[in-house]
Amino acid sequence: MTAALLQVRDLRTHFETRAGTIKAVDGISFTLERGEILGLVGESGSGKSVTGFSLIGLLDAPGRIAGGSVMFRGQELVGLRQAEMRKLRGKRIAMIFQDPAATLNPVLTIGQQMAMAVQAHGGGGEGAALALAARSLVRVGIPDAAARLNAYPHEFSGGMRQRVAIAIALLHEPELIIADEPTTALDVSIQAQILAEMKTLAQESGTALIWISHDLAIVSSLADRVIVLYLGRIVEYGSVSDVLRAPLHPYTRGLLDSLPALAAPGQKLTQIPGSTPSPLNVPPGCPFAPRCSHATDLCRSEPPRVGDQRHGAFCHHPLSVAP
Amino acid sequence: MAQFWREYRENWIATLALAVVVLIVAAALAAPLITPQDPYDLANLNLRDARRPPGFVGSGGYVHWLGTDAQGRDLFSAILYGLRISLQMGVAAGAVAFGLGTSLGIMAANIGGKIEQGIMRLVDLQLSFPAILLALVLVAVLGQGRVPLIIALVTAQYAYFARTAYGAATAERQKDYIEAARATPLPGRSIVLRHLLPNCMPPLIVVGTVQIANAISLEATLSFLGLGLPPTEPSLGMLIANGFQYMMSGRTWISVYPGIALILLIVAINIVGDQLRDQFNPRLRR
Amino acid sequence: MLGYIIQRLIQSAFVMLAMSALVFLGVYAIGNPIDVLISPDATQDIREATIRHYGLDQPLWRQYLAFLGRLLQGDLGRSFVLNIPVLHLVLSRLPATLELALTSVLIGAFIGIPLGIYAGYRPESPVSKAIMAASVLGFSVPTFWVGLILILTFAVNLDWLPAGDRGPTVEVFGVGWSFLTWEGLRFMALPALNLSLFKLAMLIRLSRAGTREIMLSDTVKFARAAGLTDFTILRRHVLRLISIPLVTVFGLEFGSTLAFAVVTETIFSWPGVGKLIIDSITSLDRPVMVGYLILVAFLFVTINLVVDLTYAVLDPRLRRGRRV
Repeated sequence: MTAALLQVRDLRTHFETRAGTIKAVDGISFTLERGEILGLVGESGSGKSVTGFSLIGLLDAPGRIAGGSVMFRGQELVGLRQAEMRKLRGKRIAMIFQDPAATLNPVLTIGQQMAMAVQAHGGGGEGAALALAARSLVRVGIPDAAARLNAYPHEFSGGMRQRVAIAIALLHEPELIIADEPTTALDVSIQAQILAEMKTLAQESGTALIWISHDLAIVSSLADRVIVLYLGRIVEYGSVSDVLRAPLHPYTRGLLDSLPALAAPGQKLTQIPGSTPSPLNVPPGCPFAPRCSHATDLCRSEPPRVGDQRHGAFCHHPLSVAP
Repeated sequence: MAQFWREYRENWIATLALAVVVLIVAAALAAPLITPQDPYDLANLNLRDARRPPGFVGSGGYVHWLGTDAQGRDLFSAILYGLRISLQMGVAAGAVAFGLGTSLGIMAANIGGKIEQGIMRLVDLQLSFPAILLALVLVAVLGQGRVPLIIALVTAQYAYFARTAYGAATAERQKDYIEAARATPLPGRSIVLRHLLPNCMPPLIVVGTVQIANAISLEATLSFLGLGLPPTEPSLGMLIANGFQYMMSGRTWISVYPGIALILLIVAINIVGDQLRDQFNPRLRR
Repeated sequence: MLGYIIQRLIQSAFVMLAMSALVFLGVYAIGNPIDVLISPDATQDIREATIRHYGLDQPLWRQYLAFLGRLLQGDLGRSFVLNIPVLHLVLSRLPATLELALTSVLIGAFIGIPLGIYAGYRPESPVSKAIMAASVLGFSVPTFWVGLILILTFAVNLDWLPAGDRGPTVEVFGVGWSFLTWEGLRFMALPALNLSLFKLAMLIRLSRAGTREIMLSDTVKFARAAGLTDFTILRRHVLRLISIPLVTVFGLEFGSTLAFAVVTETIFSWPGVGKLIIDSITSLDRPVMVGYLILVAFLFVTINLVVDLTYAVLDPRLRRGRRV
């Protein structure tokens, strides 16, 4: 049996603040195969972005990985020296962010920024770097790429800017790309285009993708598997079709019922009652218990566990029995 | 208030600085009571005591802990009296600049239109022009003395208050509660006094603190250049200037001790100002 | 871009006009104009002749126009004390000040910006805290006091460097310069250091604040995610981004450096325009005061213009000729 590309075991990321320790990621485990697309779904504060930053070693102070293991191609990334981690970033693991207007440097040309990203991993001279940059721009569908290298970010539209960011992520043909809501800031029509292109690019190059989003609908159109996060913990995981067809966790059900795109015609959209509790004060048992209509005393005292299924939910009273 | 003070005390450097400011101000206020000599009373001065090093026991029969200057003045006494003058000038200039600048800034924000533009253009032009040059020219044109000096300091500094008050007032005006106050039949003046001004105070207090330090520094500089107060009222700057010529011959204390007093005061005020700025700034709050 | 330059030139001309009016009002109208134009020991005939010659019996706005007219011809009057044309006098002293000011601004930039970037990059490290403490001192300690301490330390106690006068200069294009010889540089070292400390402190604070903000931005995160080293990020991204606000401050500070040169030049007997203005104030040589002020105002306006144009070059978003 060949090892998985990425194996995350019991990852814990904590933020020490004056008010106390925030357990932004509180024991998350999952596996990612080569070329697989995984959706990480959750509301803001669910720890989905922090998970992404933990994997690539880019946590802002005062965040730190408090425990667990991240095995990438058989190499342990937790506790890896910054210099070693840097060699992986951009080369084998790349990341794309939400707002392309904020990620690209407004006072440097696209070419300069791309050449820097090439040369961060050797990459030879300026000319070779720019040639590689132009090829990468062509791949993401930017017309007249060689000439566009001399342009500044403000001369591109929002969608084009995000394509440039994707082109930078693709430069070294990484095995894994972590995408943190990269289409949220874009128009809906461009969103759909970029989603389709990302899927094709991932398939062509065999790149695995972790797609972080608050939107189950987007993830369902793109991903193979999905993980639903709530308050830094996994509540449900499984293949997209399984989770969408037969959600096991009341929270996932609630998310699905609030989505217009996935609702059947004539179905009433509902909202999950209550609001996410403070991350400083996570309930002792199941974190979702205070908002859950199925909750019992067991839910309020004992954290739920899950077996070794392909589709599972951390719930004492799943909505249906997993196959 | 108690909460504010508790947060302030968390920074021990700022607390120390505040203690230094209080101590210096108290010592300056109590100068006639705690100094061995009235440095302005020529009858007290004896040229045989001139330029004596620290620790010397002079003809007055007491120890000159910080030495004496070229006229035989006890430096400790001269420094405390000099601090009185420096503080008086700094606080007076700061207060007038505060009043003038704040009124202009709030007026500009409230009236709007051509007057607003005119005032703010002038303020910006002045802010781009170095304060020291302006003060220098004014003192040169108006002559020496307390009033010309205060006018010069105020002219050099009011623009900072005007800018700050204008910025704060325009930001406040856009908030709902001013709109709400306008809807009630209160006269415009009372809106300004009761609502606008109190909410502009935090940034103005910070600027005020720093500007008092700047006024003291500027006054000392002008006095050092011989353009400040007349020699009968020696502020710290003049004490330092008087000692300058003896520095080369190794009698450093005449300049150094007044200088240390000046710097302690200015640095301490600035540290207090920095801390206030941090505490008033909501973005830095955790 | 051309339209923008022309627009800024016209603006500058207006500011210059306003400045000349202020200086005119300040020195000519508040003081007695007779004192400005002739020395007190002149005879009654000369007095009346001068009053007529300069049109002092005319209304104020006419006088101002006449003043402007002479100004445009480069006629700023003659110094009472030295009896040479003011323009000639001021221009002959200007290189010494410009050289000093430029050197100190460069010292401030080349030391202050790297220190500030480091302090912003590692805000919690002891070295950064020491840098910031030093900058608070540099910010608040008056220039003249620092000058005294420098003289006391390096000239009196250690006897390493001279602390007075300009020392030898080398003539290039008919102007004497200090920075071309070792000895000249030795003479310039203390005054330049003295004048630079304030800028140094200010540039440290500004570049630290800018760096801190940028280091938390998505631009830096994205650059890190692409595998760039922190050094590359600081050198290429951060430096470039903070350079835009720094150029503005740099320009304004160059102006205030010219002003603070007054203090430094007095302490170090540096024969520049700053010492000239102090001398002219103490000897009531008003034409020199006016000439100096007009010249400083002119330098100011020119610097502001250059800063704005540099801004447009540095920030590609502004290059279209419009300002955001």
